[in-house]
Amino acid sequence: MASSNRTFDLAVIGCGIVGAACARAGTRAGLRTIIVEGSLAGGGATAAGMGHIVVMDGSEAQLALTLYSRRLWQQLIPELPEAAEYRSCGTLWIAEHEAELELARRKQAKLAGQGVACEILDARQLMEAEPCLRPGLAGALRVPDDGVLYPPIAAQWLWQQAQNAGAVMRSGAIVTRIQEQAIHVAGGDRIQAGAIIVAAGSQGAELIPEIPLRPRKGHLLITDRYPGFLRHQVVELGYLQRAHAGTESSVSFNLQPRATGQVLIGSSRQYSHDRAVEPDVLSRMLARAQSYVPRLGDLRGLRAWTGFRAATPDDLPCIGPLPNRPHIFAALGHEGLGITTSLGTAELLLAQMLGAEAPIPAGPFQPARFFIETSPAGHA
Amino acid sequence: MKTGSVTIIGAGPAGLAAAAAAAPYATVTLLDENPGPGGQIWRAGAGTTTAAAELWEPARQAGAQWLGGCRVVAADAHALLLENATGAQRLPWEKLVLAPGARERFLPFPGWTLPGVLGAGGLQALVKNGLDIRGQRVMVAGSGPLLLAAAAFLRSQGAIIAGITEQATRRQLAGLAWASLVSPEKRKQASGLFRQLRGVPYLTHCWVEAAEVQESSHKNSGWLAAVRLRRGNRRWREPCDWLASGFGLAPNIELARLLGCALAPAAEGRPSSIAVDDFQLASQSNIWCAGEITGIGGLELSLLEGRIAGLAAAGQTALARRWLKARDRQRHFARALARAARLDAELRRLPGDETVICRCEDVPLGRLREYHSWREARLLGRCGMGACQGRICSDITGWLWNWQYDTTRPPVTPARISTLALMAANAEKASSSEFIL
Amino acid sequence: MPETFTVFINGQPVTAGPETSVAALLLRERMVNRRSCAGQLRAAFCGMGICMECRVTIDSDAHGLGCMTFCRPNMKITTL
Repeated sequence: MASSNRTFDLAVIGCGIVGAACARAGTRAGLRTIIVEGSLAGGGATAAGMGHIVVMDGSEAQLALTLYSRRLWQQLIPELPEAAEYRSCGTLWIAEHEAELELARRKQAKLAGQGVACEILDARQLMEAEPCLRPGLAGALRVPDDGVLYPPIAAQWLWQQAQNAGAVMRSGAIVTRIQEQAIHVAGGDRIQAGAIIVAAGSQGAELIPEIPLRPRKGHLLITDRYPGFLRHQVVELGYLQRAHAGTESSVSFNLQPRATGQVLIGSSRQYSHDRAVEPDVLSRMLARAQSYVPRLGDLRGLRAWTGFRAATPDDLPCIGPLPNRPHIFAALGHEGLGITTSLGTAELLLAQMLGAEAPIPAGPFQPARFFIETSPAGHA
Repeated sequence: MKTGSVTIIGAGPAGLAAAAAAAPYATVTLLDENPGPGGQIWRAGAGTTTAAAELWEPARQAGAQWLGGCRVVAADAHALLLENATGAQRLPWEKLVLAPGARERFLPFPGWTLPGVLGAGGLQALVKNGLDIRGQRVMVAGSGPLLLAAAAFLRSQGAIIAGITEQATRRQLAGLAWASLVSPEKRKQASGLFRQLRGVPYLTHCWVEAAEVQESSHKNSGWLAAVRLRRGNRRWREPCDWLASGFGLAPNIELARLLGCALAPAAEGRPSSIAVDDFQLASQSNIWCAGEITGIGGLELSLLEGRIAGLAAAGQTALARRWLKARDRQRHFARALARAARLDAELRRLPGDETVICRCEDVPLGRLREYHSWREARLLGRCGMGACQGRICSDITGWLWNWQYDTTRPPVTPARISTLALMAANAEKASSSEFIL
Repeated sequence: MPETFTVFINGQPVTAGPETSVAALLLRERMVNRRSCAGQLRAAFCGMGICMECRVTIDSDAHGLGCMTFCRPNMKITTL
């Protein structure tokens, strides 16, 4: 194959949304770029995800990365194809009772402090904003500039941007090993590149075993079309706590209006390698959603599926060079935020690669925090 | 003394035969999505036909239970999740007989989505369910013996059959006729059908190239007005009120696949079926399959397979053994028929780039040409992402490009969220009061 | 159930019986039940609960399956 005899400035492993964004950023920086994809581009976690473009404040670093990334998405929106189904529906963080509304107020203050438009809705305003919710909820935090999109098309579009700028793809190539400045693919082929970005999602763990990635399985179910049933992405405020409670499996209420009028119902979390839809988890997830939106019970579910989020122990992605192999960069471990943070990840990584000023502090995302020998102090 | 319980899904000939055979020896529950037993072939609106009653009555008298009007939306190794018009229930099972029958195969052509274009068996079913077709012109088109049965039935209900077009050549049909000599029953059926259809044009190596829409000034604006027919180099227009079109049958395998039953080897581009052993046992223990699900074979084969499956599931292997030879003879005939039935390669050229292939999501052929696999077409083109879960379009893409349909997941049919919330084993209690039969 | 009764299609009373499916009734009345997602007119197609083309609002159910649902007295069917 012609591509393997050439030398590239940048090779990206994995054409999910993160890899596609990195390839696009690479070509925009003038790098001769190749992307290596083992299966279907955008067919992994990208295809399974909800596509919620959301500001999350689980930590200061997470807030910085999601906020920066959301801004990048907003700049791209006018260019996205219609099939990417971007809708600026906003997020409603639901407070079930007064104590949660207090948490919502604190969250509001924190986000507002970062310049994020957001407002507290009381019980009545919440019912007006989202009439399908059950009565008796305390209120919500509304973040109007969050949105949703259809990730496989968004990823495909990002890749096409890279391709238009000269990037090439090596598809159907399974990467067996990476070296400084070379990728080995199954069949004995080698691809030479000045820098390598590993954006292979959960499979990244096989290439960089030092990074403790674990696949965190999630279930989703989508309904038939019910235009107007739901207006916002609606998430329970306790989502973060429930999502990362560390129990065997957790479900939380997370509902998304698709551009088609379909309702996408999430979500669940469990450490697992088993791809099967689990009746027990799925039914608990649906029961929880129904407890917030009683009329949801009458809607028809068409299809359920699962996907794997690549999770790190500290719930922050790895975005940066490997301490022992500085030409190899990780873009891994985005957990449930890969769609949102794909654009920010790409920019942050390219800045580090090219020695440019980082758009947000890169320190918390360094893979070095997981490399015991090279950083004995570590990061908790 | 009855030992064990047998749950039978599908109350067509195979399921009814299984119920009748198993009922004396086991506690039998027979369920079907239609309100009464009979399946597609013995459909009788909300009631029961004589043929169905002849099998069902002894089963019922032996204690078999009827669960009509409910669909199986999910299943695991212990229970079925059922939904009816008003509620849902988890139904535990010990032994399962799957007899879900088949659906029609549809091939696309310009205009096949117009109101007034239906499946051949589909129009027949709708007439049985109350559509009055007296004095209306029906074109019957496609392939296979089902066309004759549909045309004869529609004629008996007062329809004017404008013609029957069969895509196979006369020579191919002669091959089928030879195959049918193996089976006197089939021979009798065929001559009976032709007698009922005396005077109706029957055109071989002929097909509908396009369906035309009624113009906007007409009272039936937007509906089918006529079909464009082609036979060799001859092309003409035939006005009609309805087009009943079908290209044979495809087994309903989804539930069996969900339960982990292995597929039988299938020739390229042909519908898949479930593999069974001599006693109709599938690759999963305690699951027997009977009727069209094991490969399209028609009424006699379905009855024999159903009887064997019912007896085997009820532990009566010795009794079941008596029917194997007769079953094998019918199966031999069915396989010969399947081998002889071929779709003309020209039919692949009928749909144009604008012709919708995925009816749920309106995905046209031209867009599908951009993709290389079923999964890519789904993810990037929404093909098969709608309410039918790809049942109609995946068969077409399988025929066009040999794309493989990927895994089956619950729910196997669209179901209420409140139903799906009962999928878990520990949800059993909460559900029992919700199911109203 | 009585032999015939009234059902309502888009508010208009129509006579039907318990042996008539909603899809058959709509075809009989030459009523198109729905528009596809791209806006095409669609009516019942497979007639046996597979293709889902006959989806129509039946009472409060926005995606009732017309070919698998039999008419009941005072049923309200809303098309398109």
